[in-house]
Amino acid sequence: MTDTLAQLTAKDFTSNQEPKWCPGCGDFAVLQQLKNAMADLGLKTEEVVVVSGIGCSSRLPYYIATYGVHGIHGRALAMASGLKTARPELSVWVGTGDGDALSIGGNHYIHTVRRNLDLNVILFNNEIYGLTKGQYSPTSKVGLRTVTSPNGVVDHPINTAALTLGAGGTFFARVMDRDGKIMREIFKRAAEHKGTSLVEIYQNCPIFNDGAFEPFTDKDRKADTTLYLEQGKPLVFGKNNDKGIRLDGFTPVIVDLGDSSVSQDDLWIHDEKDFIKANMLARFFDDPDASEDFLPRPFGIFYVEDRYTYESALSAQIEKAQENGEGTLEELLAGSNTWTIG
Amino acid sequence: MSDTTILNREDMVTAKNSVSVLFAGDSGDGMQLTGTQFANTVAVYGSDLNTFPNFPSEIRPPAGTVAGVSGFQLQFGTSSVYTPGAKFDVMIAMNAAALKANLANLHHGGIIITDTDGFDAKNLKLSGYGEENNPLRDGTLKDYTVFEIPVVSLTRTALAETGLSTKNIDRCKNMFVLGVLYWLYSLPLETTIKTLKTKFAKKLDLAEANIKAVTAGYNFGDETEMFSQHGRFSVAPADKKPGLYRRVTGNEASAIGLAAAAKKAGLNLFLGSYPITPATEILQTLAGLKKWGVKTFQAEDEIAGVLSSIGAAYGGALAATNTSGPGLALKSEGLGLAVILEIPLVIINVMRGGPSTGLPTKPEQSDLLMAMYGRHGDAPMPVIAAKSPVDCFYAAYEAAKIAVEYMTPVLCLTDGYLALSSEPMLVPSPDELASITPVFSPARKADDPPYLPYKRDDRAVRPWAKPGTPGLEHRIGGLEKQHETGNVSHDPANHELMTKLRAEKVARVADIIPDLTIDNGPENGDVLVLGWGSTYGAIKKAVEQALEGGCSVAHAHLRYINPFPKNLGEVMGHYKKVLIPENNCGQLLSMIRDKFLIEPVGFSKVQGLPFNEMEIEAKITDILKEL
Ligand SMILES: Cc1ncc(C[n+]2csc(CCOP(=O)(O)OP(=O)(O)O)c2C)c(N)n1
Ligand code: SF4
Ligand SMILES: [Mg+2]
Repeated sequence: MTDTLAQLTAKDFTSNQEPKWCPGCGDFAVLQQLKNAMADLGLKTEEVVVVSGIGCSSRLPYYIATYGVHGIHGRALAMASGLKTARPELSVWVGTGDGDALSIGGNHYIHTVRRNLDLNVILFNNEIYGLTKGQYSPTSKVGLRTVTSPNGVVDHPINTAALTLGAGGTFFARVMDRDGKIMREIFKRAAEHKGTSLVEIYQNCPIFNDGAFEPFTDKDRKADTTLYLEQGKPLVFGKNNDKGIRLDGFTPVIVDLGDSSVSQDDLWIHDEKDFIKANMLARFFDDPDASEDFLPRPFGIFYVEDRYTYESALSAQIEKAQENGEGTLEELLAGSNTWTIG
Repeated sequence: MSDTTILNREDMVTAKNSVSVLFAGDSGDGMQLTGTQFANTVAVYGSDLNTFPNFPSEIRPPAGTVAGVSGFQLQFGTSSVYTPGAKFDVMIAMNAAALKANLANLHHGGIIITDTDGFDAKNLKLSGYGEENNPLRDGTLKDYTVFEIPVVSLTRTALAETGLSTKNIDRCKNMFVLGVLYWLYSLPLETTIKTLKTKFAKKLDLAEANIKAVTAGYNFGDETEMFSQHGRFSVAPADKKPGLYRRVTGNEASAIGLAAAAKKAGLNLFLGSYPITPATEILQTLAGLKKWGVKTFQAEDEIAGVLSSIGAAYGGALAATNTSGPGLALKSEGLGLAVILEIPLVIINVMRGGPSTGLPTKPEQSDLLMAMYGRHGDAPMPVIAAKSPVDCFYAAYEAAKIAVEYMTPVLCLTDGYLALSSEPMLVPSPDELASITPVFSPARKADDPPYLPYKRDDRAVRPWAKPGTPGLEHRIGGLEKQHETGNVSHDPANHELMTKLRAEKVARVADIIPDLTIDNGPENGDVLVLGWGSTYGAIKKAVEQALEGGCSVAHAHLRYINPFPKNLGEVMGHYKKVLIPENNCGQLLSMIRDKFLIEPVGFSKVQGLPFNEMEIEAKITDILKEL
């Protein structure tokens, strides 16, 4: 791509607009890591388009010095799909919220994911509607009290990982907003993946849903509640990496690595290419606050599949149709069945 | 004449100026194909023509029933034919149900050609006539000229030696009838024979059989005594402009118009669309134009249809989306975005009976006010309407031109009637088509002053910035934008300025659209019939006839509904009364009243059926009486 001299830095990806997010909002971290990743990837500002819907998180394009379109609520993926289909050579990124992507835009989510356009999608999941001031969202936990659920949410929440894999997604990763380093690397992997890369960020909204992810960030609990996935490595977690996950038939069980009868070799080895296992990981969705008996919440890259992209298949059909030359305007106007008068 | 047709009798031949024919039969009888063959023959022969299919609304309705009747109507003639004909002169009824479904629309005294084999006990029962009420026997048809032909039996005899199965032989019965009709209207068999040879190039026995059947039908006409009393008819070719012709339906024409506009503008065409009757063929046709680089995206819904198109337009493509009423409603929020983004986009809305699912297969003109005003906020956009199947080509083309050159979404209205009707189109040469000039901002260097995506030219049009171009990186969206910079702005005065600028830009399209002309009739007079869209043919005929009858009446047809042509008010001022016929409850009528503070006479028909010329002529006469 660009030679090292011309390589841009995160600063070059910073627009002249001041972010208008609340102090302490998790969105700032995402913005920073995205700019870092774009610079690391050697992208040029003119070849990138950031597309978004509506929400706090959807303000993202304004703060990045590339091309950008801030669309309408829920429709970012539809707009990005048309752009990518028309211009496959552009690097298209989508910023979308949990309400934007999974509620009003849920239909577009399913269909974009299954079509596998080469888009990099950053789903800012704060389990709340931020911009409209704190109504519950389709990812809010049952029981959450908000302005529209004064007695607690009764809706069963969406499991984004399971939805994405169920819809035929080819790349799914989950990242905590404060894990900057991991986020930067995952953004790069997402960009390199040819297909719809879905990165779900657990993003804290200190104003309307502060602490939503505290069970996974609290320093005393985090080691037991989270599981960091690494390709080819066993599923190990816990304070001193003293716990592992083993598959007992189709049932994942937590084993104590301090127990001499358990060997590392018995553990589940993470394989991003394994669809069945990725689906099982997606079901590690327990609420650590709800019971003592829970599986840790996975972070990192769940699943990567090589599959043709929508736009490449369409372009190939066009190339094939033009094998013996592109159609001319004359031919188009005349069609295949003509007659002459006079 | 081909050597397969032998004239062995001198028949009386009556010349006709135009004839309207209906081919009606069971959905399985191949009536669309037969009608299409007839249409191709008269087209090549040089007639003017207009066709309209009438399918059953279910995909596989019960055979032999009225619900299962499929029809193909066409009118061909020597002088301008604008409609498939209000009523038909000739009806081919392949079975009892076909007769029952269509008899009311046959001219008094018209010709009926029946397949008597389709009037057996079973067919009579299924049709609802009942065995005891055979219309061929009970006097129902006494006011018509009926030719009863045992088509199945005759076809079987003619093809007995082909060695084909009875099932395959019976499939040729429509060709036999077609042959009879060619004889009756003194038309050649060549076009059909040629088509059959190509169509069955790989099944020579079927080609042979079909050719035999059509020839046998022709010879039957020649030899039978059945027609001796009436003789045959002839319709001289029309005095058409010389040149290359093709036949197009309105939907095909719309699709080709978009593709041609893209080629002419040097842009790639992108269509984001979701199937809906009667608009789907536009998507279907464009999906087949990959050789011309057309990209179609069958979206998950109409919202994704319009949003994907907006994305493609942002990317520098000629983007379009097509739909019908319910889909246009879904696109409405997206269209607001297109208005504020100020990007080119063509929306083709093929109107059908509404609201809701309404009459999904029937035409109506009832989306005009939605096209004009059906968006949140002050969100004007140009609205144009096609008046004939061929005109769908030019309307789509022009919509694309305005969209690209004015950086605006443009709504192009057609309807279910135009969409499915067909007529011959004089194929234009590429240089006859108006130029389309997109203005993309050129690349900029680092030390150039900042790029201003909303800096307008003297027509209030902003430039198009194609992603990938160095130095034009900019961020825009649905939030109100600051004048010139395009940055988000909540400034009250700026919002008012931008709202006015967007409206001004659309209003200025009036600078390039032609003045409204009088299509027919005097420049000053008693009544002006002002139409728009698919009412063109019926109004044209009605006014022609009224003028022949000595009435002081003229016809003008609006292509540009927003903005109106600059001289519209003046033109209307030259007549004592303005009559506005519409297939809705008076939508153009209220726009005209609103804008010009005059009191035109409205004339509504909302039956899912187009106007016929008689209705409009009668209305003209009524108004003249009251003047
Ligand atoms: C059609 C439409 N309906 C509703 C809204 C109001 N609205 C704007 S953003 C939003 C929810 C935002 O939540 P989310 O997508 O999770 O983004 P966040 O603000 O939390 O980042 C809603 C309901 C709108 N702008 N448009
Ligand atoms: S409301 Fe919440 S999500 Fe929105 S900017 Fe403020 S902190 Fe961030
Ligand atoms: Mg949210």
